[in-house]
Amino acid sequence: MARMKFLCDAERCIECNGCVTACKNENEVPWGVNRRRVVTINDGVIGAEKSISVACMHCSDAPCMAVCPVDCFYRTADGVVLHDKDLCIGCGYCFYACPFGAPQFPQAGAFGLRGKMDKCTFCAGGPEPDRSEAEFKKYGRNRLAEGKLPACAEMCSTKALLGGDGDVIADIYRDRVARRGNKGAEAWGWGSAYGQPPKGAGGAAPAAAPAGGKS
Amino acid sequence: MKRALLISAAAAFAALTLTACMEVEQTVTAEQRQAGSTVKRDTAAWNNEPLANGPKWTRGDRNSWEEQIKKRQLAQNESVRIGN
Repeated sequence: MARMKFLCDAERCIECNGCVTACKNENEVPWGVNRRRVVTINDGVIGAEKSISVACMHCSDAPCMAVCPVDCFYRTADGVVLHDKDLCIGCGYCFYACPFGAPQFPQAGAFGLRGKMDKCTFCAGGPEPDRSEAEFKKYGRNRLAEGKLPACAEMCSTKALLGGDGDVIADIYRDRVARRGNKGAEAWGWGSAYGQPPKGAGGAAPAAAPAGGKS
Repeated sequence: MKRALLISAAAAFAALTLTACMEVEQTVTAEQRQAGSTVKRDTAAWNNEPLANGPKWTRGDRNSWEEQIKKRQLAQNESVRIGN
């Protein structure tokens, strides 16, 4: 039984925001709502900068589901956490409960009006007839019902963002880590990209860049 | 008589045009409700007919849907895809 998950490889993410754009475009997400976003830490620090793409992680024990006062969340047979917008009252409890900041609320009014919650659906639509206009309008495109994976993962140029059954994508990641060796954060820089300069050939590689500066 | 006609025509026109301004029906009826939950019924992905130009599986057969989606998941591994 598949249990759909996302996995983002921080060593590969180049902060291109292609996943964010793919999500926005595929689901026609309104202005001000970002179902997916790229988070960067140590921005500009050479060798220490890391980015990951974050959205709903479709938790196996979802806190949003636990705190919802109207019980609008449900989990599909594939382990995708979805919600019913007809039941949602826009209270925002799920936003406070979620450790990833996945729930989004449209701010469409002049008085800070908070609309119904919107979040990543793993491109699985919602509780409306599959591939219907009503489903698309409320929840976005249902790619799983088309036999496809989420647009963000399929569009990722460096394949940093993987989407699919937790076991399968964990195997891909494990294989990748084994291939690139036990390097981790050191898998960066001149030596990794172009190989080490030959011994004795002075001036082949540039001097080490000062830590903390932007390249 | 003419006035009454005009008023009724205006009322009918208003009723027709203002329907767009009404709230969308959001009540979940008992028939729509998913068993054991308050949310509406949701169809499983494999219970859909595959698209003409999309990936193929047998409608209603979960295993065939999972097989084809697994192939798609494995295609995310470029080492396998490129044959490295």
